[in-house]
Amino acid sequence: MKLEQGYPESMLASIAEVERTRAERLETRFPKLEATEAEQLLQRYHPDYRPEGKRAIAVGPNRGDQAPHELVDLLEAQPRITPGDVDLSRIDHEIDLLILGGGGAGTVAALWAVAEGLEPNQILIATKLRHGDANSMMAQGGIQAAVAPGDSPAQHFLDAYGGGHFTNRRELVRALVEDAPGILRWHEKLGVLYDRDTAGEMLRKHGGGTSRMRMHSAKDYTGMELMRVLRDAARDLEIPVLEFASALELLTDEVGRVAGAVLVDLETSCYRVVRARATLLATGGFGRLHIQGYATTNHYGATADGLVLAYRAGARLRDMDAVQYHPTGAAYPEQLVGQLITEKVRSMGAQPINCHGVQFVYPLEPRDVEASAFIRECYERGNQVDTPTGFSGVWLDSPMVEAIHGPGTIERNLAAMARMFRRFDIDMTRQPILVFPTLHYQNGGIAIDPDGRTEVPGLFAAGEVSGGIHGKNRLMGNSLLDYNVFGRRAGRAAAQDILAGVAPGPAVTLEHAYRHAEACRQAGITGELRSPLLLPDYRGKEALSRRIDLL
Amino acid sequence: MSLSELPDLPSPLVTIHILGRLVQVPEGLTLMKAMEYAGFRLVHGVGCRGGFCGSCGILYRMADDYKLRPALACQTTVAEGMYLARMPFVPTNRAHHDLTQVNLATTTTLLASRYPELARCVACNTCTKACPQELQVMDYVQFALRDDWAEVTRESFDCIQCGLCALRCPADIAQFQVAQLARRAHALHNVAPSPQLAARVASIKAGEHRPELERLLDMDVDGLRALHAAREIEEAS
Repeated sequence: MKLEQGYPESMLASIAEVERTRAERLETRFPKLEATEAEQLLQRYHPDYRPEGKRAIAVGPNRGDQAPHELVDLLEAQPRITPGDVDLSRIDHEIDLLILGGGGAGTVAALWAVAEGLEPNQILIATKLRHGDANSMMAQGGIQAAVAPGDSPAQHFLDAYGGGHFTNRRELVRALVEDAPGILRWHEKLGVLYDRDTAGEMLRKHGGGTSRMRMHSAKDYTGMELMRVLRDAARDLEIPVLEFASALELLTDEVGRVAGAVLVDLETSCYRVVRARATLLATGGFGRLHIQGYATTNHYGATADGLVLAYRAGARLRDMDAVQYHPTGAAYPEQLVGQLITEKVRSMGAQPINCHGVQFVYPLEPRDVEASAFIRECYERGNQVDTPTGFSGVWLDSPMVEAIHGPGTIERNLAAMARMFRRFDIDMTRQPILVFPTLHYQNGGIAIDPDGRTEVPGLFAAGEVSGGIHGKNRLMGNSLLDYNVFGRRAGRAAAQDILAGVAPGPAVTLEHAYRHAEACRQAGITGELRSPLLLPDYRGKEALSRRIDLL
Repeated sequence: MSLSELPDLPSPLVTIHILGRLVQVPEGLTLMKAMEYAGFRLVHGVGCRGGFCGSCGILYRMADDYKLRPALACQTTVAEGMYLARMPFVPTNRAHHDLTQVNLATTTTLLASRYPELARCVACNTCTKACPQELQVMDYVQFALRDDWAEVTRESFDCIQCGLCALRCPADIAQFQVAQLARRAHALHNVAPSPQLAARVASIKAGEHRPELERLLDMDVDGLRALHAAREIEEAS
């Protein structure tokens, strides 16, 4: 296919329309939606509001609750371990604290468990891929904290609670907003480099749904800068990390208290039994389930494993019906489809524009509302731009960022975005980029209290795997904050329990998993599916059709 | 399981070698998706799939070209005649360091003492040519030799720690590890803490924020709904 500076000829006329209307749009401000208009938009266009995308869970603590089919399938699937597979009389690791997941939440929990008094070598971080290989690394926009004089924890609370449609658990939001400034201060002490003004104050930006500018960032590599410093700090302390080791099932004692986990090496398929006084789930979200067929911004390992394991052990989930679709996933070129275009592009002035060069929505509505407006523009109003590989999207007029803030702004503040498009010959400082909503975040998760305790004794959870903090919709900049606040709280609480002598009983069993499996069969659920999923499968159909099971 | 990663459309094919086997894959795929198309189920050498995590470093060569090229498998498009070889990761030495035990104000050899192999740099620029982020890696190695943390920070900030520089370095320097130490030293020594942040942390510790926050915590949903709708939005500066 012949491309003109990265775009095919079929898209050039629409780009010309965007350029034609730019000067006028720079002078006008599109109004924010009234609350009732926003609600109507959600009801009609947001994927969460399509009843055919969900069903009621048939077994377990959330029996009767609605959740996406893709998740319910895994919750109702049979365990990967069957009786006789694993010798539980041989314990491979006997430790204080087992942390499942090596992303932001798990790493923060480990650091604070040590600060609380645990010996580093009594902790084990087990992670499916490599340490730091997680959605935490990919977050671009920033982290919220009410720091400026005109802002307050109360204002942050109001934004987060309203953004979550008033369904968040209030004590969790309180912890989130009260701890936020302390977390940034901790980051300063670890050596995290936030963007600053010439006076040394941290730069602040708006995010969708915020009433104050309280997004703090490190260019558009905020998540990466945070994760690489946290990982480095964990390496300073020599906290043991087991890589390519995925949890297959939690272990429980004779009364159902969590007592560790069975891990499996993803390359050798060999298992290890880990017995721990406390277990902390930090396994992240479910983007790679491709709910309702959506592309995703998520990391390869985001397959809901932690939800499945915790659910079998009796943990209650909440808000699993609410999925976050980020309004601006890349819709072109094909190589980037689904990848995140940070909200910061809109924070800095880029407007969403339809194929005729017309703005159709305020750029910084809460994410679910903004995404709904994009879907309406593409699938009801017919004002979409079609790509050669069959995707549709609307323009994000990125050159406006430079028109407003001056040449060089994108390179300084949005280096990752600019680099990503430049690899495919698109110059976002001069050309608009095409976007469509992409599956971004698991709003709900395992129910926790403000110390990261789940409803199952011995089991803690932090980060995207947990639920209640964001209610039905998370605001930009509250996920990096979430994993820091609740990673810290859960790590400390787990350490305190351990130091106080709390421990599981002598038995190490998989009975809870077998009971859940039996309950699924009793409920008439048949099928071959086993969970946790561990990794998605993107192998080509042709290759799979010729596959012979050899070794 | 949805296969949202790949469009189900006919597309011209290109012929490439993956780990020694000849395969045909649709043009326009990334190297990572091409391997999956050909039947590989990836466990190592795959991560965020968006160019941020540095997990998918790969080496390739074009037909009739002697040059070995490093790249990120998730950010590079297949081309006719490529020979691909995957790597799990680059094992490098991370010097043990506890920055709280170092007097950052007086040291002038922090980086060179932790990573003495820096002195082996022959300024061949192979690291810079290997960098998928197009960073001036050799330049920051020179700054590292002078213990200039600020300049190393400026030049290395966008580093995704994929390790391709270290893989290609004839002097066995782990450039990205050196840069990580330099950035933290720079942050701790050269960047003054935010005065506003310190003030807010102190005010929260003293409980000054509590009355306003607790008033909201005790309010019913309708009251909060009204407050939320009536928020004044701070003007962007």
